[in-house]
Amino acid sequence: MGTEAKDDPELKALSEALHQLYDPVLDEPVPQSLRARGMTGVAPWRAYARAAGLVAVGLVVGALSGWFLHPAQPPAVAQSDTPPFVKRAAVAHATYSPEVRHPVEVGADQEAHLVAWLSKRLGAPVKAPKLEGVGYSLMGGRLLPGDNGPVAHFMYQCKQGTRVTLYVRTDATNNRETAFRYQTEGNVKVFYWIDRKFGYALSSADISKEYLLKVADSVYRQLNPE
Amino acid sequence: MSDADSIVGLIPRLRRYARALAGDKAAADDLVQDTLERAWAKLHLYRRGTDLRAWMFTVMHNVFVNQLRASRPGVQLEDDLPELSRPARETESLELRDLDRAIRRLPPEQREVLLLVVLEDMSYDEAARTLGIPIGTVMSRLARAREKLRSMLSGLPPGGKLHVIK
Repeated sequence: MGTEAKDDPELKALSEALHQLYDPVLDEPVPQSLRARGMTGVAPWRAYARAAGLVAVGLVVGALSGWFLHPAQPPAVAQSDTPPFVKRAAVAHATYSPEVRHPVEVGADQEAHLVAWLSKRLGAPVKAPKLEGVGYSLMGGRLLPGDNGPVAHFMYQCKQGTRVTLYVRTDATNNRETAFRYQTEGNVKVFYWIDRKFGYALSSADISKEYLLKVADSVYRQLNPE
Repeated sequence: MSDADSIVGLIPRLRRYARALAGDKAAADDLVQDTLERAWAKLHLYRRGTDLRAWMFTVMHNVFVNQLRASRPGVQLEDDLPELSRPARETESLELRDLDRAIRRLPPEQREVLLLVVLEDMSYDEAARTLGIPIGTVMSRLARAREKLRSMLSGLPPGGKLHVIK
């Protein structure tokens, strides 16, 4: 307490009580959104928007620049153009990622079987990208019903226990290619893109948009080696 | 260490103060978010070498005052805020819970002074500079806050001279 107040027994007692009341806040994990604002002063999506305008420099730009140089990037589209599979992906993430006992149907210990099985059911070769480089290990995957036949759902976990899921669908219709798009559904952040016959959606509720973009970048590069 | 690192390092302190100031967790985190955003926008006004923490608390004070004005147009800050409801934590003693409630019933400008001096360990002078008020005002607000707390915690009206009969 301030020097003037140190000798006052009542303020001293009050100080101790206030510390008991409010010090637990100091030990609470700082939400990622606050951390991001501390770094850049803006919410992650605004940092992204700034980067898109090539106004801001910083963490985001490096990760993004590859995408803005991507020749296939179409003009920005309205939110209503979000393909329905993005919402499904977010719902699947919200449904399965909190699962403690059965987060996946087939575990990563049977990865070859998992990939072969999902490829067969989707009628196209599916890959489970390796994300150790960005801190995530494959837990496994499952088959889900989609709006256009079965879809593959891969789950990854980092050492701290946060999970990201990759939703892969075959896109028989409307297969207009897109660069990365970002969408939130409730508290789930989703980066999605359509590439040839596949639609991909990478979801997380726990990590920052910047970091999720980094993971998405890693997924994309593995699926599209140059 | 960059300003960004320093600001990130201050977040837990800002959150603690915001929680005591704003009451519930959601309102407190909103306050911290707006504070961080504003601090970043105004960082060019921060003079290097001066106390960044005091500067951040000043920013939070300004955001807090603006939020109060926005949520209660036309209402003077001197008025008591209505009691905010908050679920009781099991681990808190009754006395602490009463104190928490009493703090939140203090007029905001008295609450700020009390928290800066007693929780954030600021001297009267630091608190005065943080809030942009004369040091005498800090002392009078602190005195009034203490008197209010005493009366709320003992159930007596402010200025009451009676002692509690057990």
